[in-house]
Amino acid sequence: MIIAIIPLGSILVEVFKNGLTAISIEFLTETPGSVGSGEGGIGPAIQGTLIIVGLSSMIGVPIGVMSGIFLSEYGDNALARFVRFFNDVFMEFPSILLGIFAFLIIVLVLGHFSVWAGAFALSLIMFPIVARTTEESLKMVPMTYREAGTALGLKKWVITFRIVISAAKSGMVTGILLSVSRIGGETAPLIMTILGSSQFFSSMDTPMDALPLRIWRLSLLPYDSAQLQGWGAALVLIMIIIGINLGIKYYFMNKKNGFFGQLIKQRRNTTK
Amino acid sequence: MDKVNLNLKKRRVISDKVFKIGVTVAGTYVLVIVVLMAFQLMSESYPIWEKEGLSFITKTDWNAVEDRESFGALPYILGTLATSAIAMMIGVPLSIGIAMFISDAPAKIGAPLGFLVELLASIPSVIYGLWGLFVFRIYFRDWIETPLHNAFGDNVWLFSGNPYGLDILTASVILAIMIIPTVSAVSREIMKAVPQQQKEAAYMLGATKWEMFKLAVFPYSKTGLIGASILGLGRAVGETMAVTMLIGNATGISAIPSSLFGSSQTMSSIIANEFVEASPASIHMPALIGVGLILLLIAIVINVVAHLLVTRMLKIKEGAINN
Repeated sequence: MIIAIIPLGSILVEVFKNGLTAISIEFLTETPGSVGSGEGGIGPAIQGTLIIVGLSSMIGVPIGVMSGIFLSEYGDNALARFVRFFNDVFMEFPSILLGIFAFLIIVLVLGHFSVWAGAFALSLIMFPIVARTTEESLKMVPMTYREAGTALGLKKWVITFRIVISAAKSGMVTGILLSVSRIGGETAPLIMTILGSSQFFSSMDTPMDALPLRIWRLSLLPYDSAQLQGWGAALVLIMIIIGINLGIKYYFMNKKNGFFGQLIKQRRNTTK
Repeated sequence: MDKVNLNLKKRRVISDKVFKIGVTVAGTYVLVIVVLMAFQLMSESYPIWEKEGLSFITKTDWNAVEDRESFGALPYILGTLATSAIAMMIGVPLSIGIAMFISDAPAKIGAPLGFLVELLASIPSVIYGLWGLFVFRIYFRDWIETPLHNAFGDNVWLFSGNPYGLDILTASVILAIMIIPTVSAVSREIMKAVPQQQKEAAYMLGATKWEMFKLAVFPYSKTGLIGASILGLGRAVGETMAVTMLIGNATGISAIPSSLFGSSQTMSSIIANEFVEASPASIHMPALIGVGLILLLIAIVINVVAHLLVTRMLKIKEGAINN
């Protein structure tokens, strides 16, 4: 047990210790300076991470939610069992393969690196997670709610969107946030899709920067100042991700016997 | 009156049908993507299979110089196998120990500890890499690798070579840390599925805590624990960034794992390292995509087996809402 806590503690301590010395207002807002000079900052990387996460959510969340509705409301047949199984398997795919896939069908076809390709690759990581959590939260909504809707003569899609989803909203939000924190730290698929850049975002068809990419590139440079900037970028990234995780924990999981506590229990039991 | 009702009914049927078709299409999206992905990887890596044939899997060269191009994937397959195997040897016993501890501890201690382990899972792999490269590697080299090297010397092949920190053992240990959350979370759920009566019966026979696990928990949950470990294996095989930063990135014949302290290369790390530099026109890129195809096949097999084992163990009712 202790052996598992040591790395966690050490990572957090090192990231905070080294990261805090690197962070300043300039560091957070400026473009990177010349290589090895230790000047400049990670502004484009932060901006890029926000853009790419937003875009992939725009693609991944609707598909994931619809697919979750399919699994929960129409999920009693062979096709759905098949889909559910592949959803689980797809969730564990090496992310670098999704990067190659996005490269082949978008970057090669367009002929240049593109923000869309990165967003598409990340949305592929995102949608199975969203689909699975949506399915589990929809299943938690009592059957009587749906029957009440049917008794009122409502259409099935109205029942689903207006009654079932509004009852299951919090669980779905949890799932979406979890998937956001997962893709926020993904590096491998971004290498071959948005490539990385030291300028602020200019258009969808040019390379863009992102925090994990910037950390990787900085860590490969042989300068102490670059390492320090790497730690700073790592601190920003880890704050975002752990922030999301702690937020979920405190808002949803602490109500042990309430709806959300049970929801998460149920979700754990069924996804794994 | 009748007419109005009929109209309503008709509209309702149509819009519901559209809705049903819409969600079904979204549901099948994942199948389409998987098939398309396999197809794309196959067709784009075709040139390398055409040039090298099946010997692509068994050759050890890796030369991207024009006109002398020759590619073989064997070193990277072996590198992946070696790192994953070592990571499993270290990570699985630890994770099962953690799962035993958490499933047995009172909820007041168990729940926060479980959360801490889950937090380990949420740390991005590039930060593991950064930490491994600048912090862990130094201590590991000075405190563990150098003493081992001094104790056994160059005579034992396992410990030969000068320990530098960027090697198979460091990468494997980091991998082991990274698979702990997955394996321990799944094994915990599996141990919880063991009926309470079995445990109580073991205690009644005078078993100690360890004997209770041996008598009551392990036989019952064997299949599921194996499945959990294989899930961890799937993660270890596909993990890219941390390994890329720590394994030393050798290519060609020198990447064949020969010693714990030698640098190597895994399938995913060679793709991460060389993909952007490879020109789509040459055969270098098909070679990398070919490596990706092998990785895809391995990942599918591992994950399908693991999911079958785990779901059978937990007897999950994989149905929709009960209507």
